[in-house]
Amino acid sequence: MLEIKQLTVAVEDKEILHEVSLTIKTGETHVLFGPNGSGKTTLLMAMMGFPKYQVTSGSIIFRGKDITGLAPDERARLGIGISFQRPPVVRGVKTRDMVSACLKERGGEEIISQLAKKADLADFMDREINYGFSGGEIKRSELMQLMAQKPELTLLDEPESGVDLVNIVLIGELINELLEKDCPIRFRRCMGLIITHTGHILDYVNALTGYVMCDGRIGCEGDPHEILKTIKDKGYEECIRCLTRSVPNA
Amino acid sequence: MREIKSDKTYKDRAKAASAKPAALGEDIDLSTYISSTEEQPYRADPSELPAQAKEQMLEAGVILDDTSQRSGTFIQMDNAPVHSSSRQEGIEVMAVSQALEKYDWLSDYWWQAVAVDSDKYTAHIELNQSNGYFIRTLPGYKTVFPVQACLYLSKVQLAQNVHNIIIAEENSELHIITGCTTASKEEPGLHMGVSEFYIKRGAKVTFTMIHSWNPVVAVRPRTGVIIEQDGLFLSNYVIMKPVQSLQTNPLATCVGENATVRFNSILISTPGSMMDVGSRVLLNAKGAKTEVISRAITTGGNIVARGYIEGNAPEVKGHLECRGLILEGKGVIHAIPELKGTLAGIDLSHEAAVGKIAEEELEYLMARGLTRTEATATIIRGFLRVDIEGLPPLLSAELQRAVEASEEDLM
Repeated sequence: MLEIKQLTVAVEDKEILHEVSLTIKTGETHVLFGPNGSGKTTLLMAMMGFPKYQVTSGSIIFRGKDITGLAPDERARLGIGISFQRPPVVRGVKTRDMVSACLKERGGEEIISQLAKKADLADFMDREINYGFSGGEIKRSELMQLMAQKPELTLLDEPESGVDLVNIVLIGELINELLEKDCPIRFRRCMGLIITHTGHILDYVNALTGYVMCDGRIGCEGDPHEILKTIKDKGYEECIRCLTRSVPNA
Repeated sequence: MREIKSDKTYKDRAKAASAKPAALGEDIDLSTYISSTEEQPYRADPSELPAQAKEQMLEAGVILDDTSQRSGTFIQMDNAPVHSSSRQEGIEVMAVSQALEKYDWLSDYWWQAVAVDSDKYTAHIELNQSNGYFIRTLPGYKTVFPVQACLYLSKVQLAQNVHNIIIAEENSELHIITGCTTASKEEPGLHMGVSEFYIKRGAKVTFTMIHSWNPVVAVRPRTGVIIEQDGLFLSNYVIMKPVQSLQTNPLATCVGENATVRFNSILISTPGSMMDVGSRVLLNAKGAKTEVISRAITTGGNIVARGYIEGNAPEVKGHLECRGLILEGKGVIHAIPELKGTLAGIDLSHEAAVGKIAEEELEYLMARGLTRTEATATIIRGFLRVDIEGLPPLLSAELQRAVEASEEDLM
């Protein structure tokens, strides 16, 4: 289980997230909607522990352990993985090296080949990671690395952004495999948190709970499809109005 | 050793340049070094060389105990060749003095790719009966394994003078690995080496040079390459051990259509090391191509990474890439990429970047579970990765091993 309790996060001394709380139980996938600049990515980065995102109050509890002060690599080794929206190019480091690093000692070339085939990236394994990759190739590469890493909590930052219709089907399949969607929920080991601006990914991946984030606050929680319908019908402006009403001093 | 024949005018020009400082790099007082022409015993079997020497040579990529994966071997200790052999038909490996005796025509190549009066170091080499290696592939022959050569500095305070000639005849293929190293880890010395390459029509030469000196050795290589039509010259230069002062700026001239040159340099400068390393290419024939790539890392030493491409013929293409990493916030990297075009229709480009390891890249790897140290090592390994097109797999693996061995020191 993951519990985020009253988390407040600042970036360069500017408070971006204000007392955010959410809980994801083992086996569940949640989705966080929000307009651009609402703080969604900040939440994911803070959950991963990147130093630029300073937790000024609140806590993150993962599998009963307070991980608020841990470094990203320690969190990764505890079982948290992230798919970046715009990962950096690391010159000279090949896609194969990244997958191999994620695998640690859990497998060799054969597993790497299988994963590459699954993510349709066999021709990219000896290329420098993310160098000249298209939007879809970046997402598939991120998911392939996570499949090697096998995290218990998967954080997905805008998995559908910059992806064409052909790629999104495969990306949906990869996410479903990563989140063990073919197992009944009670047998799953994995949790997921997907952040999305458009909600398009919900056509391909099911989620149990949805949230809307506006201006660094979570405004509502409920059925993700219903939330998405409201956003589609009335836009994020309605969410912002609703949130303003529920948080008088916001 | 029989005196090397050379045209009197070379001697005259050398004498005139004997005090001429080099255009680049600190000036070295040659009078502080001893010139020795002391003979060394010839070894028919190079594995009989002293164990310590063999170990040092191995660090520089020269394997003497089992030469089955070498097409030929040349060893020079100080100023005396001690072994030369060829294991393959069509490949000639011998001391350049011996080659001058054997082939009258060799004098036509003498000082044609490097000017004898470039500076006092080239002059010194001409004036001091320098020896070195002669490696030649006969027309159409291809080396199965690389030819290895070692220039070994054993005597304290010695000035080692080397003059090498490499000729790849038409449509031949030659792979060379050269290791230059020193017996002592702490005694001073000076290595001066002229290497002249002649790559004939359709020939291909890969030249991998690993330098492994010590913190009080000064090094002044002088290299010239002439590439004819459809010829290829591929140079990989690696220096990852300390050196007091290194200055080199090889010049490759494409004189034939579609000639191709690639220079790859990997430089690691530790505190106290001063390296001024460049590569120059003149694209003087239609369709000639070049790629000049350098990777420089400093952990406290100084590096000047130069690159110069000049396009003087139609449809030539060149790219220059200098990348530098400053680790631990110390050291200096000065990247100087230069391009010169003298007519329309040429395509020259460059990119240069100097900095520290990007925090974003470290965090990306750490998010996959690598510790900060592991992530740093992975990025450095990637930075130094030498996937060189055209290099035989055996040499590529050996080069990678040499780089990886030094990475451990770096970390």
